[in-house]
Amino acid sequence: MKIKENIAISETGFVFNPTTGDSFTLNETGRKVIALINEGKTIEQTAKVLKETFDVDDTTLERYLFDFIYDLRINKLLEE
Amino acid sequence: MARTKITVAVTGLNNIDSPGPGIPVIRGIKESEEFDARIIGLAYEHLEPGIYMSELVDKTYMIPYPSKGKEALYDRLMEIHKKENIDVIIPNFDAELFSFIKLENQLNKVGIKTFLPTLEQFEERHKSNLPAYGKKYGVDIPQGTEVFSIADLNNALKSMEYPVMVKGKYYDAYKAYSEEQAIAYFHKMSAKWGLPVILQEFIDGTEVNVIALGDGKGNLTAAVPMRKQYITDKGKAWGGITIEDQSLLDLAHKIVSQSKWRGGMELELIRSANGKLYILEINPRIPAWVYLAVGAGQNIPEALIKLALGNDVKPYTRYDVGKMFIRYSYDMIVDIDRFSTLATSGEL
Repeated sequence: MKIKENIAISETGFVFNPTTGDSFTLNETGRKVIALINEGKTIEQTAKVLKETFDVDDTTLERYLFDFIYDLRINKLLEE
Repeated sequence: MARTKITVAVTGLNNIDSPGPGIPVIRGIKESEEFDARIIGLAYEHLEPGIYMSELVDKTYMIPYPSKGKEALYDRLMEIHKKENIDVIIPNFDAELFSFIKLENQLNKVGIKTFLPTLEQFEERHKSNLPAYGKKYGVDIPQGTEVFSIADLNNALKSMEYPVMVKGKYYDAYKAYSEEQAIAYFHKMSAKWGLPVILQEFIDGTEVNVIALGDGKGNLTAAVPMRKQYITDKGKAWGGITIEDQSLLDLAHKIVSQSKWRGGMELELIRSANGKLYILEINPRIPAWVYLAVGAGQNIPEALIKLALGNDVKPYTRYDVGKMFIRYSYDMIVDIDRFSTLATSGEL
């Protein structure tokens, strides 16, 4: 899992896809997930780090994380 | 380097909610590093806002509607030419292009240059001819047909799925979800733009546009793709952003090189959910969002003037991705004296 190389992500969490012209804003958690993906972490590894960072139960974490990954995928931000 | 003094006449000064390209074209010309242009506005209506924008338009003349014929247009242009010594005319309306194309040789003889598509190029990309165009140049076009009557319309609707797009011959498009809506839009379009009305398959997807300039020899002199970000109820972009999409540039290149397109062009495209690109329309002129291309690094109006003058133009190879335009409206305060001068003398 990898964010496409041409996707621009600012430190403040603004995401711009130059191919489609779409832009998004990330909250702090989203920025953290993207950072972990960019470090080359798998979904499982990402989940583990998030679990250690945030006070969240497994079910909630899994649901929101998979939703977020799905959003990245349908918005063509992920290298498939 | 001293800029070359030049007089350029421009139509499309209707900078309204469905704007003509005249004012953004003029802004591009005014920013040229090569030309010091005197701008002559050519207007059809007394309230075209560009007429009153004296910082951009040096002088405006009323010209006859295209329906008056090319002879009336030529006569009026000659009156104006005697006073202004026009070097280049940039027409910006679809509906007037036929007359200007027909007059190209006559204008050239008196020293007025244009840079327009040929009549064949102009005709073959008409909305009603797009399916044949798609076949000829190997590009995808939504299924469509031209209809001349309600009987035609009903017949065509039998083999189509709703929603369908109902389009005017020159401008406007509406999405119809039922036969009743399609009939209502047929009447609206035929009353406004005449027949035929175009019935087209609706493709769900993302609207993208490309502005392009062809040199008439098959070279793509300039091209910038844009994604509409804010669309008005008239379907016009009120905000847009330049994007990086090689497939759009490849398509522009394919069309310009195969057709040897001459002049400005706008490709209106839709990318379906499965990524396929369809051409919705090919507009045979510079679009109203041209100033975005100027802002992104490609001064298309300037390049068009150079082509019209027979100068060499090096094709643009880059533009800034992520440049946005945000349109706005602005109220000018104008003394009635100016309006009355224009109304009574036909010039301002």
